[in-house]
Amino acid sequence: MKEYDVAIVGGGVTGASVARELSRYRLRIAVFEKEEELAFGVSKSNSGIIHSGTQNQPGSLKAKLCVRGNLLMRRISRELGVDFKEVGSLIVAFTEEERLELLKIKKESEALGVPGLRMVDPAWLKKHEPNLSDKAIAALYAPTTGIVSPYRLVYALCENAAGNEVEFHLGSKVKKIISLPAAENIPRFKIFTSKGDFRARYVINAAGLYADEVSKMAGVGGFEITPRKGEEFLLDKKREHLVNHVLYPLPTKISKGILVIKTSDGNPMIGPTAHDVSDKEDLSTSDEGLREVLENVKKMIPTIREDDIIAYFSGLRPVAGHDFIIRHEAVAPGFINVAGIQSPGLTSAPAVALMVRDILKDNGLSLRKKIFFHKYRRKENHLFSIPFEKAGKLIKKDASYGDIVCRCEMVSAKEIRDAIDRGATTLDGIKFRTRAQAGRCHGSFCTARIMKILAEKTDKPLTEITKRGKGSEIVKEERGND
Amino acid sequence: MIERELVIVGGGPSGMAAAIAARENGVKDILLLERDQYLGGILNQCVHTGFGLEYFKEVLTGPEYADRFIKKIRGLPDIEISLRSFAVGMTGDKVVTFLKPGRMERVKARAIIMATGCREKTREMVHIAGTRPSGIFSAGFAQKLINIEGLLPGKEVVIVGSGDIGLIMARRFVLEGAKVSGVVEIQGQSRGLVRNIVQCIEDFDIPIYFNHKISRIYGRDRVEALDAVRVDENFNEISGTKFALKCDTILMSVGLIPENELIEMAGVAIDRKTNSPVSEELNKTSVPGIFVCGNSFKVYDIVDSVTRDSLAAGKLAAEYLGRARA
Amino acid sequence: MTKKMVCIECPKGCVLEVDMDAKPVKITGNKCPKGIGYALSEMEDPRRVLTSSVLTESLELKLAPVKTDRPVPKKELSRAMEEIKKIRLKRAVSAGDIVAENFLGMGIKLVATREVGLV
Repeated sequence: MKEYDVAIVGGGVTGASVARELSRYRLRIAVFEKEEELAFGVSKSNSGIIHSGTQNQPGSLKAKLCVRGNLLMRRISRELGVDFKEVGSLIVAFTEEERLELLKIKKESEALGVPGLRMVDPAWLKKHEPNLSDKAIAALYAPTTGIVSPYRLVYALCENAAGNEVEFHLGSKVKKIISLPAAENIPRFKIFTSKGDFRARYVINAAGLYADEVSKMAGVGGFEITPRKGEEFLLDKKREHLVNHVLYPLPTKISKGILVIKTSDGNPMIGPTAHDVSDKEDLSTSDEGLREVLENVKKMIPTIREDDIIAYFSGLRPVAGHDFIIRHEAVAPGFINVAGIQSPGLTSAPAVALMVRDILKDNGLSLRKKIFFHKYRRKENHLFSIPFEKAGKLIKKDASYGDIVCRCEMVSAKEIRDAIDRGATTLDGIKFRTRAQAGRCHGSFCTARIMKILAEKTDKPLTEITKRGKGSEIVKEERGND
Repeated sequence: MIERELVIVGGGPSGMAAAIAARENGVKDILLLERDQYLGGILNQCVHTGFGLEYFKEVLTGPEYADRFIKKIRGLPDIEISLRSFAVGMTGDKVVTFLKPGRMERVKARAIIMATGCREKTREMVHIAGTRPSGIFSAGFAQKLINIEGLLPGKEVVIVGSGDIGLIMARRFVLEGAKVSGVVEIQGQSRGLVRNIVQCIEDFDIPIYFNHKISRIYGRDRVEALDAVRVDENFNEISGTKFALKCDTILMSVGLIPENELIEMAGVAIDRKTNSPVSEELNKTSVPGIFVCGNSFKVYDIVDSVTRDSLAAGKLAAEYLGRARA
Repeated sequence: MTKKMVCIECPKGCVLEVDMDAKPVKITGNKCPKGIGYALSEMEDPRRVLTSSVLTESLELKLAPVKTDRPVPKKELSRAMEEIKKIRLKRAVSAGDIVAENFLGMGIKLVATREVGLV
C-alpha cells in the first residue's frame, strides 16, 4: 500500500494551496479529488475576487487570513503566471444611514489592517465609475481588492505542485478513513478511495461541501456543512467596461450582498444570491434568482439589461457556522480540518496554507526544505489577453496559434492542445483553462472541433468525451462505430 | 500593410453572392475571407432540400445550392479566396486583421462587405431554470454533429422552439433512430415554415405543444427530463398545467441573432435589441464603405433572399468604389 | 368528404382542399400547378425525397451528403436509412455523381450533393 506523509482530501483552491505550500518541503504528498478534474467543486463557481479584507468580523480567522491572503496572492500569482489585477472595490451607500455604516466598516477594517481605505464622494464616483447610479451618495474605496481567474489559479497551483512532486489522484473519492493507534514508523491513517487504498501520516481535510462527511470518517464530529447557494450571471464581453471596480452594496447578515464584479476574463459578473439549501449537489438556477440579482444590481448600475446575460450558473458555499474551521483534531491525532472555507476562502487560501503548515509542524511533522523547489511556472499564452502584434509573433513561432477554434473568445488550436497537455481531460476543463466555449455562442461553434482534438490527444473515441466526467458524455453514438 | 479594394468577410452564400456581384459590377481586386477550409458556410450542414426554388427555380439541397456559387466564384478572375482565415479585428478606417495557420495579416480595404451570417440563441439567452448538464444543444450544433461529424447527440429528444432548424432536426433525429418526444413552442403557432411542420413533425407523429414553455431542466451530469408548462398570452405560466417530459437531449431552436461583433469593434452603430446594424437603407451601415449583407444584416427565412440581398450589397460596394453607376 | 393538407413543394405552404367525393377529385387552394400533383400523390402514395449523409473512406470529409434522385415512399424511409448507414463511399465525387444505383431495389438512385475529394 502506497504511503504518503500528507494526504490532502479535496482539489479545490484550499487543497491546491496547501499542496503547493507543502511541496517546498521534503515530504511525500498526495491530493485526492473525487471529481474528474481539479477545481470542479466549490472553486469553479467562485467569482474570482481577491477581497481587501473589509466586511469581516473582527477577531475571526476570516478577518486575519483574508488580509494576509490578499498580500500573499500577489507574489503567488507572479510566481505562477496567473493574472492578478488590482482593480479596487467600492462599497456603495445610497442613504445617509448607509454612509454612516460605511464609516463604521472603514474603522473596523482599518483595525484589521486593510490598507488604503478611503471614503469617496459622488464627484469621484462619476469620474471613476461613470455607469454607477447617480443616486449613490458615497462609497468606501478599497484599492487592494483584486481579481483572478479562480480555476486558472487552482490549475496553476496544482501544476506547480505536481512539478514539485505532489501526486494527484483525480476521480478518487475518499470513502473511508481508518485512524490507527500510534505506533513506531507506521502511518496512522488508512485511506480507502474509489481508486485504491493508501496510507498517510497526516490527513488534511479540504473537502469543501463534504468536509463534514470526511471528518466523520476519521471519527471527528462537531460541525455540519450547510450549502449556501449563490446564483451568478455572466454578461457579454462587449460589456467589459461596464464597471472599473468590484462593486458591493452594504453587506447583509449572511453575505456581502449582490455585486457587480469585474472579472479577469473580461465578462462582468452579477450576483451572487445567498440562500441556504439542503442538497449538496443542487447546482440549479432559478427564475427567482435571476429576478433578485437583476433587481439588486440595477440599483447600482441602471444600464444592465437582461439581454446582456450570456451565461449563468450557481455555486454552493460550504458554510460551517460564521467562521472558518482550521484546526488539528486531538481526537484523531494527525487529522487536520480545513472546513467551512466559504468567502473569503479564495483570498485566504495562501494564508490558510501557511496556517496548515504551522499546525503540521506543531504536531510533529518535521519540515525540511527541498534543495530544489521550483517556485516558478511557465505562463501559458492566451490570445484573448494579448495585443494582435504579439499574437502575430506567436503564430510565426507556432502556426497553430493562427488556427482559431473558438470564435467568440478567440482561442486557437494550440491553446486547446496546451490545456490538454497541462491536464485537461474534459470539455469543462478546457473551458476553464482557455475560455473556449465560454462565450456568447456557448460552444455551438467550437465544441465539435474541441471534442476531436481531445479525442485525438487522449486516444479516446468521441463517444467517451465528456463535459465534466463520466456520465456527462456529449454524444451517444458514432456512425460506423456501433 | 497590404491594400485591397474590397474585403469580404464570410464565404457562405452571402459572401459568395456579394463577391460575384461586386466582380460583375467592375470591382477587380477582391479578397474573400472564409474561416472554414471550404466555402459554403452553414449550407454545408443543411443537407436537406428546400433551397433555391426562388433563385434557381429548382429544389436543391444546401450543399448543392452552395456548390453552384462555389463553381461560379472559382470561374471568376480577380477574386482571391483565403480559406481558414479568421477575421479577429476591424477598425473604422477599414483595416481588417485576420489570423490563419502560420500567419497574422492586416489588410487595408477601401470597402468592406460583412457576410458573417448569424448565430443561434442559446438556452442561456431565454433563461431556463434548472441544472446545466450535458445534452443541451442548439439545433444547428446538433445538425453539425449529425451531418458533418456523424455523431448522434442523443436518443430521446425534446425540441424547444419551432424554428426551421429545430423542425428539420426533429426529422433527422427520427431518421437516425432516436425518439423525438415533443416540440415545445411558447407562441401559439410555429415560427418555422408550414411545410416543415408537415414534413418534419406531422409525417412522424411528433407531438407539438404550442403555448408551452420549458420551466425547468433536470439532470446532474446528463439531461434526464424537463418540465413543460402552458402559458397565457403574456407568456406567464398557467398553474396546474405543468407536466414532465423524459429526455436525454434538449435542442434549442429559439431564434437567430445577426453576428456583428467585428463591425461593432470598428465603431459601426448596432441596434442592441436585434444586433443588426442601425441602418436607413438595406445593406448600409453608419460607416460609409462598410456594408453588411445576408443574415448578418437581418435574419432571412430562406437562402434565396440572402442571395438577393447580398447581390445587391456587392453592387452597392461597386458603386461606392466608383466602379459601377448607381 | 373534403381533406385539408399543406403543400410542401415550396416555402409558400398553400393550404389545399381535396374534395374526395368529386370525380375526378377536385383540388383547390393551390397557387401553382405543383399543388395538384402533390395532392394526388399524397392521397395515393405519399413520397418524400430522402436526404442524409454516407460515411466515406480515405476522403477529405468523414461524411458525404446525399439525396435520392426522386421521392421514396414514406413507409420505406426507415429501410432506406438502414441502407444508407451501410454505405462506405470510397471514391471522390462531385455534386450530382451517383453514389448508389437502384437504391432499395426500386430503381431510385442515391446522388452526392457536394464535391468530396480525396484526402
